[in-house]
Formats: sequence, structure tokens, C-alpha cells
Amino acid sequence: MSGPDDVPRACPTAPGAAVLDLRDVHRTHGSGEAAVHALRGVSLTVCPGELVAVMGPSGSGKSTLLALAGGLDGPTAGEILVEGQPLGALDRRALARVRRRRIGYIFQNLNLLGSLTAAENVALPLELDGVGVRQARRAAQVALDEVGLTELGGRFPDQLSGGQQQRVAIARALVGERRLVLADEPTGALDSQTGEAVLRLLRRRVDAGVAAVLVTHEARHAAWADRVVFLRDGVMVDSTAPLGGVEQLLAGSGR
Amino acid sequence: MSIRHGLLALLERGQMYGYQLRASFEESTGSTWPLNIGQVYTTLSRLERDGLVRPLPENEGGQRPYEITDAGRADLALWFATPLSRADRPRDELAIKLALALTTPGVDVRSVVQTQRTATMRTLQELTRLKYASDRPEDLPWRLVLDAMVFQAEAEVRWLDHCETSLVRYRPGPGPDGRPGEAGRPGEAGRPGEAGWPTDTAGRDGEEARR
Repeated sequence: MSGPDDVPRACPTAPGAAVLDLRDVHRTHGSGEAAVHALRGVSLTVCPGELVAVMGPSGSGKSTLLALAGGLDGPTAGEILVEGQPLGALDRRALARVRRRRIGYIFQNLNLLGSLTAAENVALPLELDGVGVRQARRAAQVALDEVGLTELGGRFPDQLSGGQQQRVAIARALVGERRLVLADEPTGALDSQTGEAVLRLLRRRVDAGVAAVLVTHEARHAAWADRVVFLRDGVMVDSTAPLGGVEQLLAGSGR
Repeated sequence: MSIRHGLLALLERGQMYGYQLRASFEESTGSTWPLNIGQVYTTLSRLERDGLVRPLPENEGGQRPYEITDAGRADLALWFATPLSRADRPRDELAIKLALALTTPGVDVRSVVQTQRTATMRTLQELTRLKYASDRPEDLPWRLVLDAMVFQAEAEVRWLDHCETSLVRYRPGPGPDGRPGEAGRPGEAGRPGEAGWPTDTAGRDGEEARR
């Protein structure tokens, strides 16, 4: 078991190339007696091909951590690096570019645009980033293929089931060259089989080299991660050690 | 469950001898319940005594197959039709351990809870990894067994979360000598005006500000 606050660790698969590196991050809202300490000295490193789940009760700081990791919010103290780039050193435009190009978000409430088709929703982040429409659509089709929605790119969100919509959201999070995926309760509204299919998909993408952080309060979902960290009152209180290979586990189970 | 009904269920598929029964039993339960051959033969002789199976002549390899009888089929059908009683299962050592931790001086119960939760979470990760690697149609029996273990481990983590929340609000009563009990952390017990809520309001407010 690793210590409560990991020092940023080297990545075994790609030395020195952590995709996400939180260093002693604090986030306080307000000041004086009214100050609310959402995060208090959290350090976390996520490597390529690694899925880290963050668990904790309501109000433990899970979503704050995700917002900070994605550059949607800034820390009060500490440093956040994405692919070695300190987010705090970037101006607004540069930060927006990193968010669009390198980070994919999957939210519980999906945030798909109802007036756009599935393919248009997936292509949108690329088009906003100045990629030509045809090239963006091609990339969107590749992303939709990967999530098993090859034939459904022309449908609008309200013509898709909940599970299909979530897969569109995942395709949008993975389209282009995104190296970091941040997911906040991505299976919240789905039944257990569909939720599991979504997690399998995320797992496959991570196995292909993406780094991901999954925030959840469901242990069964967190169990898809390589490492699970526990937050309580803004502090990381524990963490499971990374898992061994399947062969080792199968040997342990007698199969 | 008994090995007895497991063997009856296997013999319902067709006649088998001891080693075949042992291999099929382990395959059906995803090797989560290893049997030794002695257990198989002891169970078979009891089933034979009770008229639920009957031995057949030895085959050329010197192995004696068994087949299920009509009485055995009836017993098996009754087993499938009858729900299992919680009282038949072993006592929950973890629940007893936590209950004792709460009343044993000098034990940091929250630490006991957290240590167990991390260990159970780790088990859950391992089970999930095995499930991820078993997605062929013929893996279904093994996946169902894994799922059962996954849901049990998940239930344990949820129960531990619940214990932790309860501990935050826990105020130990006076011990036999009139001093406060030592379990829990009195400094972190519920604050006035927050009855019914965990004491993590700082983080909660912070999190809601983000939503």
C-alpha cells in the first residue's frame, strides 16, 4: 500500500512522462472564518495507460479534484501539470487550447447538444479548435467506430438510448489526440449492464495508452481502475497498490 | 450450499466418476471452491447410502461411474426451488470484529474500517480484472460466480462506508469507571447544530460550488 499522499512518482511505462501530476494541491473557497477547504494538500500522479479511481463520501473533494485536473478551476496552492506543462503558467488562451486538445471530459449529465447529430457532437471539439469540418468528421467517425456506434452517427441524442448517448459522450471525450480523460460518475444514470459496458470501453481505451481519472462513489465502478484513492474532507487518506497482471491473478484464483 | 447438491447437479447432466465430478465441480464454480478427491468419494458414499445416486459397473479403465436416481432428482429439484437461509451461512467475522473494536480500549476504529475497505477494494479490483479477461460466451458460468463475489465485496465496501459515517457521529458513552470510552475519536464527533449530517461540511460546500 502506498502512503496517504504519494510523492509524484515516475511512470514505469514511460519514465518522467506522467500525463497528470497534482503536487500538494490545495483549494480553498472564501477566506477567514468562512473559508471552506475543499482540498488540502493532495498529490496524485496518473501515467499513460493508467486508470485511477477517486472515491469518497459526498463533499470529500472528488469533483473539486477533477475540476482542478481539467483546468476548469485553479488551485489556491500547489501545482498541476498536464503532460509536464504547469497549468498555472498558461494564459487563458493557452489553457483553453490544452483543455480542448489534450483533455476529454465525461460528465454524468453528458452535455450532448440536442440540435447536433451524434457525429456532429463528437466532431465539435475539433471544429472549435480550428480543424476543418471534413477532417473533424472523419476523426469523429473513427471515435464512434471505437465505441461501437458506427451506424448511428447521423442520429440526434434524443433518438439514442441512455447507454448509446453515454458512448457518444465517451467518443467525444476521446476524439483527436486526447491523452487525459476525466470522468465524473459516467455510469450514474445507466443500468448495471450498460454501465459495465461503458467502463469496459473506458478500460480498453486506457489499456491503449490514455490516462484517466474516474470519480465515483460506487466501489464496483472504481474497481475497474488500476489504483483507487480515497478522499475524505479534502485529504487523500489511502490508496490501493497497483494491480498485477491478469496471469498473476488467474494463478491466484486457481484457474 | 452442500457439496452434495453440487454433485447431484453434475450427475443430472449424465453419469460421471469421481475425478470427472471433481473437475466439473471446480470448473462450474470457477475454481473458487477447490475439492479434494476424498471429499468427492465421501459425499458419493453418503448419497448412495441415502438412495440419491447409484454406482454402475466399473469401466475398462477401472473407474466406477455414478448415476443419479429418481429420489436424487427430487432432492435436487427441491434444493433449486428452496431459497437459502441467511442463518445457514457462517457468521460474519468482520461485523463481529468491528463491534468488538468499538468497545475495546485503545483501538482506532476508523483506521480498522479504512484498512479493511482498502483491502476489500483491492479484492474488488482483482475480481473485476478477472471479469474483464473473461468475456467469451463459454466463460458465463465463471463470470456469474465472479459477479456474485463482486457484489458481495461491493456490499462490504458500502457497509464500511456506512460504518464510517456512523462513527463520525458516534459519541461513546461513559465507561464503567465513569470516564468517556476510548473508541472513536471524540474530537471528530458531531458538532452542535449538525445532528444527522457527517462533519465533512467543508468539503461538501466546496464540491457543491463546483456543480
